[in-house]
Amino acid sequence: MDIINTILLVVLVVSAIWTVMTPRLPRSAIGLGITSAVLTIIMFKLSSPLAAVFELSICAGLISAIFISIISLMPRITAQDRDIRQKEHFHKYWLLPIIIVAAAIALSQFALPTNFNLPAEPVENDVRIILWNLRHLDLLGQIVILLAGAFGVAILFKERKND
Amino acid sequence: MISDMSQVFCVFSIGIILVFIAGLYCLIATANLIRAMIGLELLTKAVTLFIILTGYVTGRVALAQALAITLIVIEVVIIAVAVGVILCVFRHNKSVNGKLLRNIKG
Repeated sequence: MDIINTILLVVLVVSAIWTVMTPRLPRSAIGLGITSAVLTIIMFKLSSPLAAVFELSICAGLISAIFISIISLMPRITAQDRDIRQKEHFHKYWLLPIIIVAAAIALSQFALPTNFNLPAEPVENDVRIILWNLRHLDLLGQIVILLAGAFGVAILFKERKND
Repeated sequence: MISDMSQVFCVFSIGIILVFIAGLYCLIATANLIRAMIGLELLTKAVTLFIILTGYVTGRVALAQALAITLIVIEVVIIAVAVGVILCVFRHNKSVNGKLLRNIKG
């Protein structure tokens, strides 16, 4: 196992924990963006460049921007309220690092499968051919779900005449 | 003797499960709807990485990439609609606390 992969994996887990543990939402959104960026590098290392580009542009870019935008719409809180919320936050989340460390130790004791031989089939290794020729129904599903999302958002923000 | 691919799978699986646990804990512990969405995002990231990892160890990277791209598209639509719902909740309740929504149980 490549040492860089191990370091990237550790950074991924630490950034995910930081995303959850940090009491302020803007920092949490930034942590999510960092997690996505690290995931992108891991995907590149695992020979999946196209999915990595999607992850970087959509998840690290667009979704982080959406989160930052919605957080900026929320009203500011006073310094006193912030202190109270931070204490409540640490009361809720102090258990998480302990659970993560315990899970890591427990999981490292398990013996996972060593044989990954699948039934031999002619496998196409070009993602464009897979996506356009073999999984074209997935593309149809993506179009349908995008339209459903667009209509959903449009209906949510539709101005009623009575309003 | 553990093969190299098996070692990659084992180590990455542990990392994926840890990220999944972090996201799940966030979803369970928080009442803030925005933070719940962030937890959901972490869960999705763990699943995306698992799809890519299985494609890598089984030699079907292209298929795994196609599935991961589909998952990313679904993820962004879910987040967009969820953010819209959160904004509507904020307009009505002046708060994004999920506990305030319990009055819709009837």
